[in-house]
Amino acid sequence: MNDFSGITIALSKGRIFEETLPLLAVAGITPAENPEQSRKLIIGTNRADVRVVIVRASDVPTYVQYGAADLGIAGKDVLLEHDGVGIYQPLDLKIARCRMCVAVAEGFDYQAHVQRGARLRVATKYIKTAREHFAAKGVHVDLIKLYGSMELAPLAGLADAIVDVVSSGNTLKANKLVAVEDICLISSRLIVNQAALKLKREMLQPVIEAFVRAVA
Amino acid sequence: MSTLHWLLPEAIEDVLPHEAKQLELLRRRVLDSFAAHGYDFVIPPLLEYVESLLTGSGRDVDLQTFKLVDQLSGRTMGLRADITPQVARIDAHLIGHEGVTRLCYCGSVVHTLPAGFQATREPMQIGAEIYGHAGLEADIEIIRLLADTLAKCKVTASRFDLGHVQIFRALVRHAGLTSAQELEIFSALQGKDLPTLSELLVGVAEPYRKGLLALPELYGGREVLGRAARILPQDPQITLALDELNRLADALRDSVSVSALNFDLADLRGYHYHSGVAFAAYSVGSAFAVARGGRYDEVGLAYGRARPATGFSMDLRELMRVAGKSEIKGAILVRWPEDDALHAEAERLRDLGERIVLALPGHDGTWAAAGCDRQLVWRNGAWIIESLGEV
Repeated sequence: MNDFSGITIALSKGRIFEETLPLLAVAGITPAENPEQSRKLIIGTNRADVRVVIVRASDVPTYVQYGAADLGIAGKDVLLEHDGVGIYQPLDLKIARCRMCVAVAEGFDYQAHVQRGARLRVATKYIKTAREHFAAKGVHVDLIKLYGSMELAPLAGLADAIVDVVSSGNTLKANKLVAVEDICLISSRLIVNQAALKLKREMLQPVIEAFVRAVA
Repeated sequence: MSTLHWLLPEAIEDVLPHEAKQLELLRRRVLDSFAAHGYDFVIPPLLEYVESLLTGSGRDVDLQTFKLVDQLSGRTMGLRADITPQVARIDAHLIGHEGVTRLCYCGSVVHTLPAGFQATREPMQIGAEIYGHAGLEADIEIIRLLADTLAKCKVTASRFDLGHVQIFRALVRHAGLTSAQELEIFSALQGKDLPTLSELLVGVAEPYRKGLLALPELYGGREVLGRAARILPQDPQITLALDELNRLADALRDSVSVSALNFDLADLRGYHYHSGVAFAAYSVGSAFAVARGGRYDEVGLAYGRARPATGFSMDLRELMRVAGKSEIKGAILVRWPEDDALHAEAERLRDLGERIVLALPGHDGTWAAAGCDRQLVWRNGAWIIESLGEV
C-alpha cells in the first residue's frame, strides 16, 4: 500500500494520458505537468489530495493490484494479460480504442493452415490472449514472446502469424501484413484497487462517478 | 552443486527472531482472545487424503493443494491449503456433540502458488468457527469476535465489509442461468466488471438482468441496503438476506463504528461454499483483506453430518503487517561462573517474567547484539541490575 493518504492514479504516457485529461477535468483534476515534457514520475495535480504516477502501460494493473496506486487507466489488451486478482474494473472509458487481431503476411493462407491442423508459430506480446484464442479454436500454436515490432516477425521468418492490437491498420499495410481474424475489441478501462475502494470509498467514489458522467 | 543450494524456494520464508517474537505474541493474543470467548483449540494434521481435504471446496483449492502419494496406502494425500474444511470434518465426525461447538485453530497451510503478491506460499492460518447454530446470532457473535480480536491486536482503522451470497443465488436461480453462465457472471461480478457483465447478461429475463447488473454498484454504507430493497426484484430470499444484513448492522453498532461498516452485495468470495452472510475486514496498510469469513452451512454435509456453520480466518503474517507492534524488553546478562546465589537470583527474576541470558565465557562485547540490555552484578552486598554498557 502507498503511504500517501490521498488518491494515487496510475497512468501511462502518450495516447492514454492525452485521452484521460478530459475525463480527469470532469472530476476537477488537472495534472500540474505533462509527462511528455517532464521527467518526473510522480506528478502533482491542482488538488493536494490527488497525485498521478506515470508508469508503463503494461505495469498499470500491477501498481493498482498491489495498492501502490488506488486508481488506474489500463487498456483491455493489458488487462487480458493480467490475472485481475485484487482489481475492480467498473467502467469502459471508450478511449484508446482498437482491435486485437491475428495478422499474417500477404499471401499466407491462414485459413488453409488452420484447416489442415498445422501447428502455427505465433509471435506476440499478448501471450495469454493468444494462447486462449487459439485454444478456443482448437489450433496448436508455438508462442513466441516479443516485446515490440511484432510486424517484423512474419517478414523475417520468425513466425507464421502475429497477435497484436491494430488501430488504423497502417502499420500492417506498410509491412505487407493483413489482419485475418479479430479476437476482441480493445478500449481503456478504469481500474480500482479493491482494498482502496473499501478503505477510501468516500474519497474515490466522487472521482469514479465523475468518470461515469464523462463517459455517458 | 550451486553455491546457492541453501536458498529457499520462491515465496517460502524463514521468520527471524525479531519478527518471530512479534508473530508469536500476536498468535498468543489472538488465541487468548478466542479462548476467552469459549473457543476450543484443535490441531488438525498437516496432511490427509485429498478426498477429505477437497470435499466441498472449489477447483481453486484443488489447484492450490500440493499432492503426494501415501506409501502406506497408495492413495493421494494433500498438504492442507485451508484448515477450515478440516475443522468442519472434526465437528462433523469426531465431536459427536449435538449442541453448539466453538472451535479455533492456528497452523501453517501450504499453497502451490502464492495467493497474491507478497503472498507467501506458507500462510499461517488462524481462525475461529461456530457449529450447530443456524441463526443470525452466531454470525453476530463471530463478527464481534473478529472486531474484538482486531482491536486487541491494535489493528488500526479497520473496516468491515458485509455481503450475503443468497442475493446472487436467488437472482441466478430465477434467471434460469446455466452453470457455465453463472461462473462467467460470477467472475465479472468479482471484478465489478460492468462492461463484461452487461455483455454476458444480454437476453437474460427481466427483472433479474437488471438485478444482476445492479449488484456491482451496490456497495457503500448502510444506505446500500435501502437502495438494494428498491432496485432488486421482489423475492422472499432476497428480502430475507437484506433483512439479515439490517439486523446484523443493528447488532454490530456497539462493536463496529457506523463509518467502519460497509456493505458490498457483489463481493462473493468463497461463494462456492458460503451459504449466507459473508464478511471481510480491511485495514490501512494492507492491499488485501486481513480477515474473511461467513456462513457455510452445507460443508458439513460432505463429511456426513450437515451442521450450520459460521466462522472466519486470517493469515497471521498478514495480520502482523497491520497490527500494533508489541514492546519487547531486552534480556539481562548473568556472568559466568554461576554460583548458587546467582542462580537463585536469576531464577527469581525469571519468575518475574525477565529473560535471563547466561554469559558463556569469551564473548565480551557481543551481548548487546544478542539481545541483552542489562546485566546482573553484585554490588555492596546485593544483586543489582544495571545497564549493560555495551554499545
